[in-house]
Amino acid sequence: MVSANQLTYQYAGGKSMAYPDIQANSGDSLLILGQSGCGKTTLLHMLGGLLRPAYGSVTIKDTNIATLSDKNLDRFRGQHIGFIFQKSHFVQSLTVKDNILLAPFLAKKVTDTKRMQSLANSLGIDHLLNKLPSQLSQGEQQRVSIARAIIHQPDLVLADEPTSSLDDVNTAMVAALLQQLCHENGAALIIVTHDVRLKNLIANQITLTP
Amino acid sequence: MMLKIIYRNLVHKPLNALLSLALLTLSVAIISLLLVAGDQVSNKLDKDLEGVDMVVGAKGSPLQLVLSAVYHVDAPTGNISKKEAEKMARNPMVESAIPLAYGDSYKGYRILGTTPAYLDMYGGKLSTGKIFAAPLEVVAGSAVAKRAGLQEGSSFQSTHGEDSRGQVHEDGAYKVVGVLEPTGTVLDQLLLTPVESVWQIHDEAHHDEDSEKPGAPVAHADGNNHNDHDNEDTAHVAEDKQITAMLIKFRSPMGIMMLPRMINEQSTMQAAVPTLEINRLVNLMGIGISTLQGIALAIMLIAGLSVFVSLYNRLKERKYEHALMRSMGTSRWVIFLLLISEGLLLAIAGFLAGVALCRVGIVLLNKVSAADFHFRFSYGWVSEEWWLFGITLLIGIFASVIPAIKAYRLNIAKTLSDG
Repeated sequence: MVSANQLTYQYAGGKSMAYPDIQANSGDSLLILGQSGCGKTTLLHMLGGLLRPAYGSVTIKDTNIATLSDKNLDRFRGQHIGFIFQKSHFVQSLTVKDNILLAPFLAKKVTDTKRMQSLANSLGIDHLLNKLPSQLSQGEQQRVSIARAIIHQPDLVLADEPTSSLDDVNTAMVAALLQQLCHENGAALIIVTHDVRLKNLIANQITLTP
Repeated sequence: MMLKIIYRNLVHKPLNALLSLALLTLSVAIISLLLVAGDQVSNKLDKDLEGVDMVVGAKGSPLQLVLSAVYHVDAPTGNISKKEAEKMARNPMVESAIPLAYGDSYKGYRILGTTPAYLDMYGGKLSTGKIFAAPLEVVAGSAVAKRAGLQEGSSFQSTHGEDSRGQVHEDGAYKVVGVLEPTGTVLDQLLLTPVESVWQIHDEAHHDEDSEKPGAPVAHADGNNHNDHDNEDTAHVAEDKQITAMLIKFRSPMGIMMLPRMINEQSTMQAAVPTLEINRLVNLMGIGISTLQGIALAIMLIAGLSVFVSLYNRLKERKYEHALMRSMGTSRWVIFLLLISEGLLLAIAGFLAGVALCRVGIVLLNKVSAADFHFRFSYGWVSEEWWLFGITLLIGIFASVIPAIKAYRLNIAKTLSDG
């Protein structure tokens, strides 16, 4: 479903970094562990088409995203990938509900309010929908991010340190919800993190070494 | 949804948007008011001037003579001898001469003694009734008829002088025989009657005091100073009939070169060339108008600056949401247009509010000008306002283009990993 082969990234300073091959099937979860500064986020950004690799290929649902033009890559990313970031970013002026619905809108997919409602129910954020993102706690914000990453039924969900600013209870909850929802929606889930608490929660693991 | 994002972004920090909006509104309102009012004033000044090459009246201020005899907004300079005026009018360079005699009013509207030629000059057409033929018959201008409640067949008594609180001439009622269609000229604001009416009314008015006194139209800045008036009349005893002014049209431009000088040097009368006087007046006003325009333009530039600063300042905190939107499939161009649209939306809102404020200004202006000058500004759209709209839009675009370029160039991967 999602595969990365012989990925190499060239940093601005001339240093380059090669990554191990990665493979994840629909509904599967993959944990990529590594210390800070080992290029985890760079790998995630290459997988998500936010950065272009110097060498190698990323194939998502039979499309090699390295061959797409900038504009098509933007569109492909919107339609096929969902992102969850370490610090939850939102359009601050929009309500939680509109922030979630922004994903299908920007991906030019059908805006399904019913689906949004049922996702909000299973994430336990249905009572927060009309608030502004800044009024939510970190754990709540991260659950809203999950809803936003999954609502437009992407093929791949990429999570960058989704739990590092959460306490143990919230970490367990977010990890469980992420896996469960991605599995239900048939999306491959790739998490990059240095958070060792996730080690015991996700079986499929790769460890990056600098 | 996109509109919602633009709108929500603007109202999310309402104070920033409000400042920009207030500045835009103010500048648009001032410029628009100057455009609308200036356009109508100069239109009206020009329209009333048509067919009048020279005004002859009593000695005094030439501007006052023009304002009183052509625009009927000032008091006349005095009276002149009808005989002397007619002698002058026989000059071969004169194509037509229209006598004017006044001194009375009704409800603040001037009763003008003249000949039917005056109506022809302004292209006046009757909407009902007929043209005046006998003394005390009146043709009412459209605006007077409407606001003073006059129609064909109604009669009224005049008030001495221009002031509506002046002494009422109780005998000798005027009778309206016709009402004119609107012309957009000073004609709309006048009650027209033969010159003889004015003589007759004042003959009768002073009958008790001096039965031999010839009729004389009364020309006072203030209708109430009757002592002056009587003295003046006594001085004119046994002279011929008098008129207040005469409007002259020349056969050739030669007339305008020679006659005014001749009259001013060789007669007791004064000749004034309206175009010269009005140009002088407009030039005087022009300084004030261009100063105001300059101020308004400066405010508009500051408004643009304010839009720029508020967009630019927020760019730093918003770069995360721009990066986020990019990660969710939005292209660079959409982000670029998003910011431009915010500037544009502010500009459009400011323009609409400014044009609305301008119309409110006209309402207030009309309250003053309707009472003092019998002139109402219309609320109509002036074609220059399209230019103003264009300029406002350009300011909105210019103010947002630098923030938009910065957002366009945003490095999403770097921004997101920094966060």
